[in-house]
This record gives sequence, structure tokens and C-alpha cells, in this order.
Amino acid sequence: MLLAFDWTQLAQQTVIGLSVGGTWALLALALVLIYRSTGVINFAQGEMAMFSTFIAWSLVNHGLSFWEAFFLTIAISFVGGIAVERVVIRPVERAPELTVAIVTIGLFFLVDGAAKWIWSSETRTLPNAFSTRPIDVAGVAFSIEDLGNIAVSVGVVVLLWLLFRFTKVGLALRASAVNPDESRLLGIRVSWMLALGWGLAAAMGAVSGMLTAPALGSFDQNLMQVVLLYAIAGAVLGGLGSPIGAVVGSLLLGVFITLVGTYVDWIGTDLRTPFALAVILAVLLVRPAGLFGRTAVRRV
Amino acid sequence: MAELLTLTDVEARYGQVKALHGVSLTVGEGEIVAVLGANGAGKTTTLRAISGLVKRSGEIVFAGKRISRRSPEAVARLGVAHVPEGRGTLSELSVRENLRLGAYTRRGRKAIGEDERRVLAHFPQLADRRDQEAGTLSGGEQQMLALARALMLRPRLVLLDEPSLGLAPIVVDEVFRIVRELNEREGLTVLVVEQNANIALSASSRAYVLEVGKVAFEGPSGDLRKHESVRRSYLGY
Amino acid sequence: MRRALGIALWVLAVAAGIAFFLVLPRFVSDFHSRELAQAGVFFIAIVGLNLLTGYTGQISLGHGALMAIGGYTTAILVTHEHWRDVWTIPVAGLTAGAVGFLVGIPALRLSGLYLAVATFGLAVAMPSILKKFSGLTGGSEGLVFVEKAPKQITGLGGSVTIFGHSMTQNHFLYYLTWTIGLIGLTIAWLIVRGRIGRVFRAVRDSEIAAVSSGVNLAKIKTLSFALSGVYAGIAGSLLAIQTQIVNPLSFTFLLSILILVGAVVGGLGSLVGLVVGAFFVQYLPDVSTHISERPGVPDFVYGAAIIIVMILLPSGVGGFLRRLARPLTTWLYTRP
Repeated sequence: MLLAFDWTQLAQQTVIGLSVGGTWALLALALVLIYRSTGVINFAQGEMAMFSTFIAWSLVNHGLSFWEAFFLTIAISFVGGIAVERVVIRPVERAPELTVAIVTIGLFFLVDGAAKWIWSSETRTLPNAFSTRPIDVAGVAFSIEDLGNIAVSVGVVVLLWLLFRFTKVGLALRASAVNPDESRLLGIRVSWMLALGWGLAAAMGAVSGMLTAPALGSFDQNLMQVVLLYAIAGAVLGGLGSPIGAVVGSLLLGVFITLVGTYVDWIGTDLRTPFALAVILAVLLVRPAGLFGRTAVRRV
Repeated sequence: MAELLTLTDVEARYGQVKALHGVSLTVGEGEIVAVLGANGAGKTTTLRAISGLVKRSGEIVFAGKRISRRSPEAVARLGVAHVPEGRGTLSELSVRENLRLGAYTRRGRKAIGEDERRVLAHFPQLADRRDQEAGTLSGGEQQMLALARALMLRPRLVLLDEPSLGLAPIVVDEVFRIVRELNEREGLTVLVVEQNANIALSASSRAYVLEVGKVAFEGPSGDLRKHESVRRSYLGY
Repeated sequence: MRRALGIALWVLAVAAGIAFFLVLPRFVSDFHSRELAQAGVFFIAIVGLNLLTGYTGQISLGHGALMAIGGYTTAILVTHEHWRDVWTIPVAGLTAGAVGFLVGIPALRLSGLYLAVATFGLAVAMPSILKKFSGLTGGSEGLVFVEKAPKQITGLGGSVTIFGHSMTQNHFLYYLTWTIGLIGLTIAWLIVRGRIGRVFRAVRDSEIAAVSSGVNLAKIKTLSFALSGVYAGIAGSLLAIQTQIVNPLSFTFLLSILILVGAVVGGLGSLVGLVVGAFFVQYLPDVSTHISERPGVPDFVYGAAIIIVMILLPSGVGGFLRRLARPLTTWLYTRP
């Protein structure tokens, strides 16, 4: 029975799941970064990533190679993220969190509208980052693109980790998230740390978008809406305050959904999302703070 | 003795509620000055006003510069280390990371590294726990960490807010012993806010007593000790 | 003396409000009454959400789903069981309230953002769930009243007669919706002022403190969810009656967002500004389209408007009015 099982297919589907999950992980990390510093889920994170992807498309359209556009877009998105925080979030820095959440909702519409205004709604394509040829690893065929996506996602996560653990700025970012008032007493310009966080988040979102778009073939302004959903789900699964959780949660979710799609028939594409959400809800009921989240023990 | 910090008629409010109704005090270079008073008298608010954490009016001059309008970050950069009520340790970060952050506004990695060693020599318990998460330390150790972190700034003035809060008497004694030692040996200037009037008066050379947001009594600590009202209300005999 | 003056002012304001409500249809076109009726639907849902989020501190992004329950209950009763549309309203409310109660149960274990995400999941999943049970719900096409049960629609002929007064269908819908809305507001006001309101606020401000004071957290949270569910269900039902159709697209996640936006713009934790919140959510899309029809611009304007309003009024209209009125209220309620 075990020998008849198609291990090849399992391996292939798992890699695909990791590839997709990796793009979700990047957006999830962006969400966690902003959640830890600003205290809300940025509902516009996906749209900002979509906007970045359109910028990348425009750059490629003007003659740049994919990778040139890739890095330039990251830089532009970084600056853009900082700008968004300074203009839109800073005025409500001291307001209740729900107010800030509504601002991000407004930002969602604003960025979505801007993208439709600047670039019309027709579909476009972004060239693939990696070739779409299959590659043979230990006798099993994998797509280079999937492996490449995984590599980029992992690379970004590692870079971020290095930033936070070993640099002064990273330390200041962490301190500002943990205790903003105390950080100010230490001389840290917490307000600018917030802006920096938004810049980093925007950059990560841009990478997520630029990896997602080629994989889909063609894309339009709706590109990142589903990704946002899964990124939120992955981040919640892993525990909202935890960057590791966001990554692990999203990867797990990616693999899980891909495998479910392959092996379970009665869950058609329509029910995939609700099913995934139901599973996450179940996990939350058992571990209310997610897999890696910290719970203040409350048994009231 | 040069005046390092001067407050003149400082008022502060939390929203609509006024907490300080015109406080004036001075701290000279190399002094330990205490601010005493009951709960709600405005002691903590005074320190927060100096640091700029609360809306304030009136004049505050530090080392010849007017800081009445400056942000907390700017005040810290001038060399004021504020150890807030409840220690303010960044609990998710390690002891070492906390110390590094103490020196955030300074440049010169070599000097900072040397200071880290020096400071840890003062606080051997912390040296053993360098990589431990600050939140897992005991109350006394966290107070030591907060003090050590303040020293990493090479501050000209340390604002200490209720260091004895939640600590056992023997630990409180140790904390104040270290403060006195640093003051005697290195000339550290300290403004300490305390509810424990006894130990604060023993450690300081001068003190102010706040009542309802105003200075009610002031003078050399020795004299205040013998002052009838102060004895009755704050020393318990 | 001052208290009496305060009460008198208040009564005057309320009377003026009611008078305005009664008379408004005379000054607007018939079509406009329909728009106002729809604003009323938002209003009811917003009041309900405010009880849950503003007063009890429980975040829900799933109110669109609860409205769907109410709307579909009405639709199913009308088209399958041939009930008169208006009589389904209480049933829709209770059904949604029951579902709200069920949603409240996981809320006991989840807090804050996790609850928001769980309810968000519900809202996102609802259209798919509705499509799945197509036998009952009509699947993607939904249920169309005119096709299946035209006789149950009040005012299909174009006019409605109540207590001898004759009025157009749109006017009827306006009065129906806003009367229910005002009754709902009054009930909410009574709840908020009473003991339960205090308990709600206690839970919002500190669950641990509330429990230490003997509050049964489970009871209160589920009660709050159920209560706001009833409001949402009634709102959904009225929406179905107004549009005479339900389908999965009537109740997307966007609706949950709109209600939340309306509640925050109106002012959480206060009942005063909620009417403005409802009007904001109802009319902003139209205004945005008015400014320009070019693709993307309406969305852009819409988003910008939301952002600007939140920056200017971080506590919503209610919070702003409170601050404005503070000199007056302080004067009224302090002893000379």
C-alpha cells in the first residue's frame, strides 16, 4: 500500500505549496511587522504590493530586465512605504486602534483606485523571474520557478532576521515595538522607527507581488487580494506577534491548501478558502494565540 | 556648585486634569536630590515633565539649555537618563541588548564596549545573565538592569522614579548603596523620586516634599528629617 | 434647575429629530426615499455593531454575514413558505441573533485581533456557503421575490395603505426602515444606560477587572453578540425587502467593512453620531462616482475621504460632538 503511494507527486505538490506559501509568508511578515509596531493589521498591504508590482511592470515595459526592475521596485516601495506612514498614519498615531484600522481600509480603496486610474484594468504579464523549465532533483521533476521562489522568500526572511538581530537599527525597531515610551527615553526616535517599519513592510510586499504575478501568468489590480487573505490567515495561524510564526504559518498553510486541493476532491476551488479558514479557526480554539504566539495566561 | 537642572513654576496636565500646579526645584551638579510625597502628589509627573513625556508649561533648564519644549528623544540625547516607574526594562530583549540600547545615542563602539564591561563589573548578577531575556529577571535584578542601562548613556543626570517599588527592603538598600557609591566615586548627579522617605532622605543631600502638585517643604535632608510635619506624615513617627 | 434645563434641551432635540424624520419624504424625490431607506438599513446594522464593539469591546468583521442570515431568512420564508415580507422581520432578527450567539461562543477563547480575523473568516466564507446550499438559497442566482412570490411583496402595485394613509412603496420602505431604526436606537439607548450597559462597558475596559467583580463573561459576551446579531438580522431582512432579491453578492465581505467604517465614523461608544455614519456609508460611493467616472477615481476619492475623515475626527462624529458639547454639558451638570 505504501509503495503504491505516489511519493513523487507528494514531493512535487509540497514544493509547489512551499513556493506559494513563501509568497504568502513575505506578505504575512509585512503584516506582522506593521502589527507589532503600529498595532493594527494593515488592510492595504496587499494593494500596496499590487501597486509595486505594477511599478515593476512599467519598468520592464520601459526596457529594464526583470531583476533590474525587481531591485529598483523594492527601493521605490521602501520609500513609498515610509511616505505612506508619514502622510497617512502619523496623524492618527495616538488615535484608538480601530480608527487606524479604518484608515488602512481607506488606504485600501485609495491605492486600489490609484492603480486602476494610472494603469487601466486590462490584464498584463510580468516576465518570469526564473525559467519555467523543469529541473531534475533526485529523479523528481520540479519547476525552477518554484524552487527559485522558495529561495527568494527564504533569502528575504533571512536578511530581515539578520537586520533585526545584529544591527543597531534592528534593535531600535524591536525596542520601539516592545515599549515605545521607554524607547523614547532611550533617545530612539520611535516615530521614525514606525515609518521605517512601514518601508520595510512595503518592500517585502513588493517582493511578494513580483513573485506572485509571473506565477499566475497574467495579472490585474485584483492580484494581491487573495494573497492578503492567505497572508492574514498564515500570520494568525502562526501567531500574530511572531515573525517566525508568520513565516511558518504561511508555509504550512501553503502546503496544506495545495495538498488538500490535490488529494481531497469534494472541496472544490470555491470552498478552499472557507475550509482553510475553518481549519485555522479550529487551531485558534485550541491555541488561542496561534502556534507561536505568546499568550498572557488568562483563565478568567 | 553649578546648577545642572532648574525647574521654575512648572505645570503639567494629563488631558483635562492638572497634576502639577507650579513646581520649582533645582539640582546641583554632583548632588543627590530626593522628591518625596504621597501617592498622587505629582512626583512621577515631575520627572515626566522634565523628560517631556507629559504636556507641560513653565521653564525647565538643563545644563544651560531650555528643554521645556523638547521631545523625550531630544532630552535623552542631552544626557538625561530617565529610569521610569516600574523599571521600563524591555522585557523581550536580552540583558545585553538592553544595555546596548542604553548607549543608543552614543557613538564609538569601542568606548561603548568598554562601558559595557565597566557597568557589568558594578552589577555582577547581571553579568551572569547577559543573554537572558530581561523579563525573566527578578524585580531587584531588573532594577539593577535599569540603572545599569541608564549608566550606559554616560549621563549627566539620572532621573530615578520610585526605585524601591515592589522590592524587598534588603534589595532596596543595595540599590541605594550603589547609587550613593556612583555619586561619591564618579560624581553622578541623581534626582530620585521616592515614596520610601526614610531611605531617600538617608541617601540624598537635599529633598523636596510635594503635596497636591506643589512643593510643600524643601531643604537639606537632615533638617527635613527632624521637621515635625515631615516626620509625622512621611516618616511615620 | 440646570438639570431641568438639560433635560428640556434634550427632549427638544429628540422631538426635532423625530419631526424631521417624519416630514423628510415630502422634501425629497421618491427615488431618494429609497436611498434614505437603504441608509436606514446601514443605520440599524451600525447600531447593533456599536453595541458589540463600541460598548462591549468585541471586534466583529462578520456583520455582513449576520445580515446575510437575516436577509436569506426573509427571502426563504417569502419565496418558499409564502410569508408576507414584513412579517418575516422579527424571525430574521431572531435567527441572526441565534447565529450571533453561536459566534459569541468562540469569542470566549479569542480576543481582540484573533476574534476580528475569525469573524472576518466567517464573512469571507459566507458567499461560498450560500452558494453551496443552493436548494434552499437558490445558489448563485439567489432568490427573486417577484418571480417566486410576488403577492407577498408589500406595495408591489406601487402604493401602500396604512391606517387610511396612502403612500408610495418607496415612502413606505423609508418609514418602515427608519421607524424600526429609531425603535432599535431607543432600545439600544435604554440598554446602554442601564445595568447591562455598564456591564458591557466593564467588559470592554478590562475583562479581568470585570470578572473579579463577578461578571459572568460568557453570558455577557454571548449576549452582546446575540443582541447585535438581532440588529444585523433585521437590517439584512429590511435590505432584502427593499431590493426584493437576495444573492450571495448582496452580502460580501465589503458589507462587513462598510458597517464597521460607518460605526467608527459615527463614533464607537456613543449613539449620537451613528446616523451620520450611516449616511456617510450610504452616500459616499455616489459622491465619489459623481466627482469622476474615470476608472479608479471613485475608489481613490472614496478611500481618501475615509482617511481624511478619520484623521480629522479620530473618535468619529460622536466623539467630536461630545467634545464640542463639553462646555455646555459641563456647565449644565456642575453645581454652581
